Amino acid sequence: MQIFNVILIIFLIACAIAVERTKDLLAAVIIFASYSFFMALLWLLLRAPDIALTEAAIGAGVTTILFVGVISKTRRME
Amino acid sequence: MDDLIVRKVTKWIVPFIQVYGIFIVLHGHISPGGGFSGGAVLGSSIILITLSLGLEKASGILSHRTSSLLESGSIIWYVLIGFAGIVTGNNFLTNRGAGFHMGEVGDIISSGTIPLITVAIGIKVASTVITLFHIIIEED
Repeated sequence: MQIFNVILIIFLIACAIAVERTKDLLAAVIIFASYSFFMALLWLLLRAPDIALTEAAIGAGVTTILFVGVISKTRRME
Repeated sequence: MDDLIVRKVTKWIVPFIQVYGIFIVLHGHISPGGGFSGGAVLGSSIILITLSLGLEKASGILSHRTSSLLESGSIIWYVLIGFAGIVTGNNFLTNRGAGFHMGEVGDIISSGTIPLITVAIGIKVASTVITLFHIIIEED
């Protein structure tokens, strides 16, 4: 179980670094959604299932859709 | 987007998402979840309809005016429940002292004002998410 935890945190840090180094904003939004998904799994492992539920619904769902809507109104490349 | 598979899958899956959201809202005081999570899930179902069937269809289901009315009405409902405590001579949002029904632990209708407040927060969050997305996607 601890190995799983460490793997999740490594994925989390990799996603966080990739978001700020990506020039394509649409790709950055998709990586940010996967960041939220790993964060939701970590909340679940930390025994906070209500926060995990909120993170999966807001972070991976609504925020991604709002960012994609804003990018469709503006430029895609940074 | 005009894709047959996306439209059919949306029509099949939206009722299940909405039932799950209502379940989370109604069980906010006896299981994980609550008004914010369930309201976000409920709002996501309408956003899915907007993405796959178009803005006109989604506005037919929940128009901008209805959404605004729900948003304002639910927060007024919250404040009125809070004032019930003041009317009976206690603090704002008093639960047991204001004479609300405290049922058995584990029932849906129990713990006084908490389910009423959770339903109000759920409606508020759902309509806010829908209004936010419709305003962004609207042609100006």
